[in-house]
Amino acid sequence: MKFTTMTLGGGGKQTNDFIKEFILKKLGNTYLNQLRDASVLDINSNKLAFTTDSFVVMPEFFPGGDIGKLAVYGTCNDLAVSGAKPLYLSLSFVISEGYGLKNVARIISSIKEASEEVGVSVVCGDTKVIERSENIRIIINTAGIGLLQKDINDYTSIVPGDKVIFTSDIGRHGLAVLSERGEFNLDADIKSDCGNLYEIFRKIGYNGIKFARDATRGGVAAVLNEISEKSGFGFLIEESEIPVEQNVKYLLEFLGLDMFNVANEGVAVIICESEQSDSILKKLKTVKISKNAKIVGEVTEKNKVILRNEYGGLRVVEMPDGNLLPRIC
Amino acid sequence: MQMVTKFRDKNTVKSLLSKIQSEARSNRQYRIMEVCGTHTMSISRFGIRSLLPDNIKLISGPGCPVCVTSQGEIDLIFELLQKEDVVLAVYGDLMKVPGSAGENLIELKSSGKDIRVILSPLDVIKIKESVNKPVVFVSIGFETTTPASAGLAHKIVCNDIKDIYFLVFNKTMPEIIKVLLKDKELNIDGFLCPGHVTAITGEKLYLPIVDNKKAASIAGFEPVDILYSILEIINQVNRGKFYIANSYSRVVRAEENKIARSLIEEYFEPADSYWRGIGVIEKSGLKLKKEYEHLDAVKKFNLKPRYVDEIAGCRCGDVLKGKILPNECKMFGGKCKPDNPVGPCMVSGEGACAAYYKYEIFQ
Repeated sequence: MKFTTMTLGGGGKQTNDFIKEFILKKLGNTYLNQLRDASVLDINSNKLAFTTDSFVVMPEFFPGGDIGKLAVYGTCNDLAVSGAKPLYLSLSFVISEGYGLKNVARIISSIKEASEEVGVSVVCGDTKVIERSENIRIIINTAGIGLLQKDINDYTSIVPGDKVIFTSDIGRHGLAVLSERGEFNLDADIKSDCGNLYEIFRKIGYNGIKFARDATRGGVAAVLNEISEKSGFGFLIEESEIPVEQNVKYLLEFLGLDMFNVANEGVAVIICESEQSDSILKKLKTVKISKNAKIVGEVTEKNKVILRNEYGGLRVVEMPDGNLLPRIC
Repeated sequence: MQMVTKFRDKNTVKSLLSKIQSEARSNRQYRIMEVCGTHTMSISRFGIRSLLPDNIKLISGPGCPVCVTSQGEIDLIFELLQKEDVVLAVYGDLMKVPGSAGENLIELKSSGKDIRVILSPLDVIKIKESVNKPVVFVSIGFETTTPASAGLAHKIVCNDIKDIYFLVFNKTMPEIIKVLLKDKELNIDGFLCPGHVTAITGEKLYLPIVDNKKAASIAGFEPVDILYSILEIINQVNRGKFYIANSYSRVVRAEENKIARSLIEEYFEPADSYWRGIGVIEKSGLKLKKEYEHLDAVKKFNLKPRYVDEIAGCRCGDVLKGKILPNECKMFGGKCKPDNPVGPCMVSGEGACAAYYKYEIFQ
């Protein structure tokens, strides 16, 4: 391949291949090679979590959120699912000339609101304006620093028998953005789930939680497959237990899209000790962002992500390839 | 939503499965071909194969429209994009299909070609309203999707819209069914007939099947629909009485859809067509009628349709004819994978190889 394609940025197999072949080959080091959601840095025996993310969502305003909220939540969620308390953010804008300042102000208000909600401060930043091109748009990068509370990104902690929890219903963010984009002539009243996952850990702590990851690009399918690849174990997921809104599920099906592959912005996949799973679930349900949490399955010996439907039929949940393409008929 | 949930009901599925279990005779095999790609996907997605007794074999047929599109036709798309500055409008399934040189439309899009994924052919008109260059629609599909292509042609002609063209790769079902029935090697007891195709063609499409003493059940796409039809086929085979059972009566009527049919006949006429891995089948495709040839992208852009051999070793043809299961092709999962496909069956949303790779490899 001579060019970057949209698939490469889709959070699926090609993204992973790119990271391995282009980034790690040249830049790999003990921190980067771990490919955690946030790297843990030991500085004067303080364990800091550090991460960065760029936000390119189009349109920048969508039902349930906007690029400003995403820029805060996205980075802070990466810190949160690493087991860190988010503390500081950097904020960089790349804006096309001609982009409305009113929109910029609206985005900054969202950033203020979201960062107050999480409890982080924006402590440095940058703004660049680029020449007008075909699409006038805004791109945001944030980097975040947090203080590690408990390492919940250690693949070696996972063993068969552990339970898997989805902390909220899946598929909403991807579908909300798709329908707002208007490409598919969709008129769906579906709101993005974009939200603050740190709220979960702030309220329920880390007891019994072994591992967490937020299921953004590539959806829960990408997260489960990645954990499977790194841990050497697999999953058996019960389809009937998957939390998903009925209208989201069927609209995605109608489009020929798989709900497991669609992006979320307020869903974490949590792996926990089996004995504690019920009490963790109970606690999760008391927190607003995870009130729809469900135990969806468990870790298995076999190194595959398998979905069992309510009839007992089995199928593989593959690593998504990074494309969301609707079907012909 | 009930139209879906009722047909996924756990108890109904369980009782159908136990009925199948008791009706299927253990001393014989039941070889059932699902003709439609959407059936292939549903069967794999709901794990239906794993729920059935071992002596019931589900075999995928030639019903994925992208999969049966010949390499020559696919290459024509690439030739067009190379030569002309046009906007290409395609169904999503085509984006990952490789041309002979190995590149696909996703890659071409990234190199600057204007390629748009559409859900409905009528979206092509909206695209045309927003751009200042020719828009070419790749018209692909069987009887199910062809009426929508004809609908686009109708709008273009009635409203005198300029600068929209068609690459017509549409194929039709009756001739390929006859080819399958004539094939001595293919040992099929019954056909799971494509529900949505039948909604357009009517039941008569399957007369040759029952005339050949094979079972036919028109099926919907949910687990209850599929299992009900499998049971129907088993019963027909057991009794030795073959008829066309309509197990999808909530959508399909016995008669053809006259409006759709006349719309198709207004703009298209039968043409010989090359099926991937199978070859030319007489009058098994469509082309624009003489009076609408000005909408034909091949003529407009002076494209040169060619027969192009599939890559050696690719057994798409045997998969499409149900002679081998996808994983029996030597390339499956090795040289041919979704991220590096040899044939369209591996990447189309309805492809048998894609369904097997995506949902059914447990080893």
